[in-house]
Amino acid sequence: MKPLFAVFALTLAAGCAPATQAPAAVAVTGAWCRAAPVGALAGGCYLTLTASADDRLVSVATPAAKRAEIHSMDMTGGVMRMRQLKDGLALPAGKAVTLKPGAEHLMIIGPKQVLAAGGAVPLTLTFKKAPPQTISAPIRDAAAPAMQHHGGH
Amino acid sequence: MRVLAWAAMAAALGVSACGPSPQKAETTQPTVRIGGPFQLVDTAGRPVTEKALLGKPTVIFFGFTYCPEVCPTTMAELTNWLKALGPDADRLNVVFVSLDPERDTPAQLKTYLSNFDPRIQGFTGTPETVAAAAKAYRVYYAKVPTDDGGYTIDHSSAVYLFDKNGGFVEPIGYGTPAERAIGQLRRLARG
Repeated sequence: MKPLFAVFALTLAAGCAPATQAPAAVAVTGAWCRAAPVGALAGGCYLTLTASADDRLVSVATPAAKRAEIHSMDMTGGVMRMRQLKDGLALPAGKAVTLKPGAEHLMIIGPKQVLAAGGAVPLTLTFKKAPPQTISAPIRDAAAPAMQHHGGH
Repeated sequence: MRVLAWAAMAAALGVSACGPSPQKAETTQPTVRIGGPFQLVDTAGRPVTEKALLGKPTVIFFGFTYCPEVCPTTMAELTNWLKALGPDADRLNVVFVSLDPERDTPAQLKTYLSNFDPRIQGFTGTPETVAAAAKAYRVYYAKVPTDDGGYTIDHSSAVYLFDKNGGFVEPIGYGTPAERAIGQLRRLARG
């Protein structure tokens, strides 16, 4: 998994598009999970996915919780609306798709471990075409919503 | 369709985190009463009504412990804001009301709130008493079933501020910068 990722990163760094015959691969970067209060029944994890060819994040699994789901989130009109993305998440070729607070995210339900900052959550990502990947997402505190940083645009 | 009316209210009160400053209370219809009677229980399972909040200004947030982002973020921020207020924070009632009474038992709420400022009280109830409280406070919420037979909850994400007589003052929208929120709370505490 690591060598494949490294090769892919190099391919990207070199700025050349992967050949169409190349096996599908998805680069996973910047993964992290939000530290959750003790007693929280769910937590959120975030990452950036870049697929070499059109692909789809189909599902996610973790031994750290009963279940993991792919969710969207919408804050229109001050109402938080969350939806499970039953068909997963589209990953257009070469486009970085970022799951982040206030938007698409991975929801881990029924944590079996305390989600404390400094820890890590193993996540297995399953794609439609690319081989599955298991990553370790560090747990970080996130007191302020990322949305605040949009003010200056 | 009363739910729609609440949704409209919630939208009117809701403040986009990226948008302009919050709408002031005077822009709301004077005929619409926000807040009112409720019959809930605290984290020890003891009955509590709106009368428990009279005499002190009140900061109230409706959420649920299953919520992965908006609720823990709001509670963490409230904890920081109360700390920043210093002694003024003691002049306020601060309440987290569960919109998920089926999962948020008094004990679950107590565990959850143990992560945050000890002055934050937790109220829950039965589906009926919680629905009545949400209606009185014009808080929109809706249960949304998930694949596995479980559910999540859509809900208004603002924190609501009330004066010591239970009169609605203004909301603090989700994502409000700390400085502004602390200013709102300080005005409320000293009001």
